[in-house]
Amino acid sequence: MSSAQVGVSVERLDAPQKLCGTAKFIDDYQFPGGLFGATLRTTIARGRITKISFDASFPWDECVIARSTDIPGANNVLFIEHDQPLLTEDLVMHPQQAILLVAHAQRVKAAEALKHIQVEYDEWEPVLSIEDSLARKHVIRGEDNVLKTCLVEKGDIEEGFAMADFVIQGEYRVGHQEQAYLENQGVAAWVEKDGTITVLGSLQCPYYVHKALVKIFAKPVDKIRIIQAATGGAFGGKEDYPSIIAGHAALLALKAGKPVKIIYDREEDMASTTKRHPAVIRHKTGVTKEGRLVAQDIEITIDGGAFATCSPVVLSRATLHATGAYECLHVRVRSTAVATNAPPNGAFRGFGVPQAIFAAELQMEKVALAVGIDSLELRRKNAWRPGTLTATGQHLKDSVGALKCLSICAAKSRYAQKRREYARWNSKRSNPTWRGIGFSLCHHGAGFTGSGEVTLASRAGVSLSQDGLITILAASTDLGQGTSTIFAQIAAQALGLPTSLIRIETPDTAMVPNSGPTVASRTTMVIGGLIERAAHDLKADLLKASRTLPRTQAALKRAAKVLCDGEPVKRYEVQFEKPADITWDDQLFRGEAYGVYSYAAVAVEVEVDKLTYEARVRQVTTAQDIGKAINPRLAKGQIMGGTAQALGWALWEHADFRGGWMRNSQLTNYLIPTFEDTPPMDVTIVEEPYARGPHGAKGLGEMPMDLPAPAVVAAIADATGHWFSQIPVLPEKICHELLRKSP
Amino acid sequence: MTVLGPRTGSEAVALYEKNPQAIPLAGGTDLMVAWNRGTLNHKTILDLSAVREWRAIAKTETGVLIGSLLPLSELQKDPVIFEKFPLLVQAASIVGAWQIQNRATLAGNIANASPAGDTFPPLVVYEAVVHTVSPHGPRSIPVREVFAGVKKTTLGPGELIASIELPFLKQNPDRQLFRKVGGRAAMTISKTAAAGLLWLKPDGAVKELRFALGSMAPTVRRLRAAEKFVKGKKLTPEIVSEALELLKKDVSPIDDWRSTIEYRLRVSQNLLEAFLLGHVPQR
Repeated sequence: MSSAQVGVSVERLDAPQKLCGTAKFIDDYQFPGGLFGATLRTTIARGRITKISFDASFPWDECVIARSTDIPGANNVLFIEHDQPLLTEDLVMHPQQAILLVAHAQRVKAAEALKHIQVEYDEWEPVLSIEDSLARKHVIRGEDNVLKTCLVEKGDIEEGFAMADFVIQGEYRVGHQEQAYLENQGVAAWVEKDGTITVLGSLQCPYYVHKALVKIFAKPVDKIRIIQAATGGAFGGKEDYPSIIAGHAALLALKAGKPVKIIYDREEDMASTTKRHPAVIRHKTGVTKEGRLVAQDIEITIDGGAFATCSPVVLSRATLHATGAYECLHVRVRSTAVATNAPPNGAFRGFGVPQAIFAAELQMEKVALAVGIDSLELRRKNAWRPGTLTATGQHLKDSVGALKCLSICAAKSRYAQKRREYARWNSKRSNPTWRGIGFSLCHHGAGFTGSGEVTLASRAGVSLSQDGLITILAASTDLGQGTSTIFAQIAAQALGLPTSLIRIETPDTAMVPNSGPTVASRTTMVIGGLIERAAHDLKADLLKASRTLPRTQAALKRAAKVLCDGEPVKRYEVQFEKPADITWDDQLFRGEAYGVYSYAAVAVEVEVDKLTYEARVRQVTTAQDIGKAINPRLAKGQIMGGTAQALGWALWEHADFRGGWMRNSQLTNYLIPTFEDTPPMDVTIVEEPYARGPHGAKGLGEMPMDLPAPAVVAAIADATGHWFSQIPVLPEKICHELLRKSP
Repeated sequence: MTVLGPRTGSEAVALYEKNPQAIPLAGGTDLMVAWNRGTLNHKTILDLSAVREWRAIAKTETGVLIGSLLPLSELQKDPVIFEKFPLLVQAASIVGAWQIQNRATLAGNIANASPAGDTFPPLVVYEAVVHTVSPHGPRSIPVREVFAGVKKTTLGPGELIASIELPFLKQNPDRQLFRKVGGRAAMTISKTAAAGLLWLKPDGAVKELRFALGSMAPTVRRLRAAEKFVKGKKLTPEIVSEALELLKKDVSPIDDWRSTIEYRLRVSQNLLEAFLLGHVPQR
């Protein structure tokens, strides 16, 4: 038997290419005779285009121009809804909306051409805030500006408040966050001789692009082909937007009869693509004097921007995580996604959960203060455990690691000792800083919400070629998180082979089945599980063909001769099957909201400079229950990276939106943490196995982003005595608050 | 784009005279941003990177001459600069990050004249002198007189910076401070930056104070009013708080997307206060 392939830190399959610079990203591909595309965008938030004029002096005969009238099929980008035009016809719904496209053989000329087009508008007053949208200052969508509402109810909320000794209210706000992937959005498109429209690009979900382009170009499914190039990060930012840029490049390619590449620079990317949803969340909590939660009444409003994109599902996920990982007898969660005249907000690691957890965890701190008990004790009393009945009526049975994460994190961070130690430090006036420690706990539903996985009916598999090559077939993309390596490890373990004998097919809709999108912390748990099943099917056949399991390339080749039976490859594909005991009512929001949840606890230590009010994170200690770490080093990398991203959201990242525009759409003025800002992190992986995940694995990718922000705010409160209810907590805000208190 | 590549200082001056519209390129850390944005298309660049004579450090009896093209990373390694001008070394070590410091030069920093230039507060308190060359001959200008406004200098047409001279201090200061306050720990533009030198008399009264702030006005500012006020006085809490009020006379901070007037002013005052009261740890 070859040694274990799962649970060990196998080197990443793509490490040599990434280290040596040989991995080919989209802008590394050259297309002889090809053109470069550029996008003319709106400069107002709301109104109507009245005139578009082209400078007569510019050599337009060198350019190809594509407009909405060139679209062969539907002028909309199909996602959950089909409300977003690929190119606006005349109605302006947000700044940066695409109007028309220009292609030129030289990249600089394409960009220059845009400066020679004048757009005139009939400008209308826009709706730019959640409050204005709810108040229907103007109705910009439907009858009431509402994109989606959700409701979760358990028990009777009034009965809950009647039982309470204390009722505590709080309001929490979070702003936009930019994904800031290393590689900007970019694609290339061309039309094959048989009319197939092919797109190669920096993509997270090739089949989403496929689905959108089939409608835009009115083509049969086999005449649209989408291929992922090496991709430099996505974090959700390449979930829906690539359908737009791919549609643009393909439209130009179709009109030009030549390959067309569109690569955004950082400014265009940050200004025009999706961000995390800003949110306003109100909590009203009833609690007994013993610290037992008896009523949670929660209202969530998120800003969806001008079109629906992911907002309905971001909202439902936020709703289903609104209570935090706590059991409460009486719950009501009412939530709304509203439209504003800003570029659509979209998917970003956490997908509504960071917003929900930010509010829920700070509310727990507020409740603990009101009741007069330690907030860890309050969490311990109410945290989910086997036997818990959640707000949707889901009975938690196993793989519930919330309390385990909490105790490990509290012990390893020495939370209680640190609280006392820092109180002593802060009492000494001559010390140059204030120090504090904060804590938070969260859950994260793994996989698609509700019946989403059943609807997706994802497929994945492995194939064996005549030459004995084993290839994984999945549409799941490696964005830098290590998907390829994880898949190879799972297949290798099932087959009893070393990981090095497994190769991964490029996510290419002509080559791999539809495994659904690479989102929702589902890839290892759901698609990894399908690959494991398919690998077992292959193994059974290999055993039949060669009696002993082949362990070398030569032995595999001999077995393949028999199994392939003259065909070039034999494919083993499997499909996701609905577990019998999982039910979900999408109208009432009742049932198993997720097949399983992952859990995490974090302690964050900060130090605030008394001269400059800068908050520096000194240490992060975290314990995260992910079922099973298929590759512990990659898992820790995910946890550390997500944590750093969350620290950025809490302390630095301020998207300065005015008039529906992000004014600081550059990395010089939108600050994300550097290595110098990133503290040492003590990461403990907790493994409470999930029976349906491969080797017990459940979701991991998003959770590290969900919980550090409220812990940062709690640590700043511990240090300075001031509770902030909004992030980022910039030094300017700390300065202002402290001066207001004691000028 | 045309690139001119002089190999000596005199070649550089001659080429610049013939091409007065050319943009001098030193380390390129600011210029490359403009390059990426396409604003340098069709422009002429005077690439000074091969002018080796302007990369040297020379020591004289009275001070140190830093070649205008010496990268900031090299500047930090020089033992004399490290010993005699520690505030400049500290400032150089927090410009951008290592990659930037390997390219960026003092002269490029000065000629670019950003209000937020990290090296300026130390240069101003050390009273550095900028030596230039041009078709009209050499010129020596006190560093603070080089800055004319946001991204504006008093350098004339065809004038290039050859070196920056740091005169040795007559006496070691009793206290010194450099502190940059940026948006994050590295790769950041300052919200305020302070450099201070303080000499005390045996009785504790101020002999001389030099204190400069960057990012607090269109150009780097010495706090003349506060410096003059504390001269000859003992730094009691009352005197210090008056000096903090006087700080406002020499600066004009703005609200922008990096920070606020209130924050910039308060933090600058905090830094001056801590420095004058001796609360800043000395190395």
